[in-house]
Amino acid sequence: MNATTTAVVAEQFDDIQQQHSAAKLGMWIFLATEVMFFGGLFLAYTVYRFTYGHVFALASRHLDDVFGGANTAVLLFSSLLMALAVRAAELDRRKQLVRLLLATALFGILFMTIKGFEYRKDFVEHLVPRFDFRWDGSDAANAELFFWIYFALTGLHAIHVTVGIALILVLALLARAGKFSPNFMPVEITGLYWHFVDIIWVFLFPLLYLAGHR
Amino acid sequence: MNTSSNATTTIVRHSGAYALDNYLTAGQGVKSWLLTTDHKRIGILYLWTILVFFLIAAVAAALMRIELLTPAGDLISSETYNKLFTVHGVLMVWFFLIPSIPAVLGNFVIPMMIGARDVAFPRLNLFSWYLFVAAGALALWSLIHGGVDTGWTFYTPYSTTYANSHVISMAAGIFVAGFSSIITGINFIVTIHKMRAPGLRWFRLPLFIWALYATSLILVLATPVLAITLALMSVERLWGVGIFDPKLGGDPILFQHLFWFYSHPAVYIMILPGMGVISELITCFSRKRIFGYAWVGCSSMAIAVLGFIVWGHHMFVSSQSIYAGMIFSLLSFLVAVPSGVKVFNWTATLYKGSITFQTPMLYALGFIGLFTIGGLTGLCVATLAVDVHVHDTYFVIAHFHYIMVGGMVMAFMGGLHYWWPKITGRLYPEFWGKLAAMITFIGFNLTFFPQFLLGYLGMPRRYHAYPPEFQMLNVLSTAGASILGVGYVLPLIYFLWSLKRGRLAGPNPWRATGLEWQTSSPPPVHNFEATPIATASPYLYDAEADRDLHMANA
Ligand SMILES: [Cu+2]
Repeated sequence: MNATTTAVVAEQFDDIQQQHSAAKLGMWIFLATEVMFFGGLFLAYTVYRFTYGHVFALASRHLDDVFGGANTAVLLFSSLLMALAVRAAELDRRKQLVRLLLATALFGILFMTIKGFEYRKDFVEHLVPRFDFRWDGSDAANAELFFWIYFALTGLHAIHVTVGIALILVLALLARAGKFSPNFMPVEITGLYWHFVDIIWVFLFPLLYLAGHR
Repeated sequence: MNTSSNATTTIVRHSGAYALDNYLTAGQGVKSWLLTTDHKRIGILYLWTILVFFLIAAVAAALMRIELLTPAGDLISSETYNKLFTVHGVLMVWFFLIPSIPAVLGNFVIPMMIGARDVAFPRLNLFSWYLFVAAGALALWSLIHGGVDTGWTFYTPYSTTYANSHVISMAAGIFVAGFSSIITGINFIVTIHKMRAPGLRWFRLPLFIWALYATSLILVLATPVLAITLALMSVERLWGVGIFDPKLGGDPILFQHLFWFYSHPAVYIMILPGMGVISELITCFSRKRIFGYAWVGCSSMAIAVLGFIVWGHHMFVSSQSIYAGMIFSLLSFLVAVPSGVKVFNWTATLYKGSITFQTPMLYALGFIGLFTIGGLTGLCVATLAVDVHVHDTYFVIAHFHYIMVGGMVMAFMGGLHYWWPKITGRLYPEFWGKLAAMITFIGFNLTFFPQFLLGYLGMPRRYHAYPPEFQMLNVLSTAGASILGVGYVLPLIYFLWSLKRGRLAGPNPWRATGLEWQTSSPPPVHNFEATPIATASPYLYDAEADRDLHMANA
């Protein structure tokens, strides 16, 4: 986190190993924080799915599995690219590292683009609460609640994806300048973050898109 | 008294007891402070910042106490009163108590106690202070533009729908302050895991470190829940997201669950660090090893863990199921076990110790008494039937002020006096210190003990007017508050005075055993001339060690 972009060991550390393991532990604890942050929303989802299970299932069927499924594939693949990038950084293959980071970011951007089209479709189909939300059938209010939670969860996730893309692009720039020659730690901890964002989506996809399937 | 005379002789022997080459002289000017990454300087930045918020929140409290002198609501309107108790609560909790011991004393002494040159992420540490200042600016902005009247708890649906005040900016301030706490927590956990000096095994760590490790776990795992809760509350207020809105089938009680899932553990963010300080003080000023070291250390962890599963005791009258209430009540009783372990072990440490009543020790002894009262009345409010009677009365107010003011603030003052010579290189005047400690103790009890009676008699909290039969006790409480005010202003004066004119402290005025006392006062930029090596338990207080240390100083 505390960008240790040069190979020089920061003055508070004894050696590079200590610096590496500190950075990694810091990132893991930050991810624990993130789990709790998303946890509040997951709790809200759980409570209301438990209470209004039927309406939530009906509402869930209005979400587009194709968009959701494609995005799951895109994000999982970007995670693979990120893992390869970390490997390239460890092996000190600069050109490969830059390419892999750019590819990871590109797939992140692809995810956001698909998400954008999906939001547009949601809007056209009157699934956005408050913006001419329409629901034929009973319990319109509870269905609206489902879509609020859908937008809150995917919106919060999208913010995290955007931050991740920005971080990876910065890493790519630094990598091109050869900043990670002996010290690949920033690539590795950004990778951890990117995998975390991916895993959140892996939970979001079935909870939101597949809740209506039997 | 032996101690201070010893300190004097140390100073006479070393004419240069004030280390000239230290972290305070290493850079001059405002810029050297605002861009510092030195954990010691960042601790001092936090000290000044929380002082500002403490004073504002104290003024709010003073105005409330003046209003409550008479039964009629004659000085301030009920709307203003609502804003006063909100600003008092918000600033005291998030802008004073939570950062008090962790961010000020913790920042200053953790790296030194574990023999490190700095925290693991010094630049993040500075960044967390800037976040804190930004958060404070947001809170002050809300205050200046008319304040917030929801109480520090922001209960829905009042906060989302009905409150006609600056709820969102205040919540945003708390949100940002939360991220500052999270960063501090991450920094402390990583520092304690990865930066310990050679030989400093977990069970050789000072108990202050154990306490702050437990605190950091809570900071890291509970604060994000508050963040998402306040964010959801704010977007609900802005756009009507229905998560807490019954119109869409949402549940306002869910807000209370989420809020207390953070805010009960937050109570332990506000007391565990105090317990850590007290463990250091009691053993040092009894000249005795702490009784049951491992028990005291592990009880901090137990309190942190148990703290996560008792939040429902704030919701006994919220329509929560009676079975949930019973379980939460039982679990809340369990917290008394590790807390009792601590009080028992402190008392056992005092037993047959050679006690000196220096200022930090007075605060520590005050802490034990007041914390015990606060803790035992906590059992009263954790009891289902009793809680129905005293819920939302002054009994609860008195209970948590005994923990937070009688506990945490006393511990903070004790710790500040204890480490002041290390921070500044100079001693505060002992006579005035003792006087202030005693005034604080008397003023505190006079302020808050009558509130137990008021609550028991049924006076509800958060009202600016009350029936005349409560006046006597309210007058006593206000009188106590003015004495308490003197107890807080005195240290402010003599601490400032001591910066220039206090006697030189020397490296170890208390003949304490921690690593932080093995370096000069004020410490050099990287804390130690050479990385210290820990070879034994941290509290080797006995006659022999005293003599050895004395020889070393000579
Ligand atoms: Cu509680």
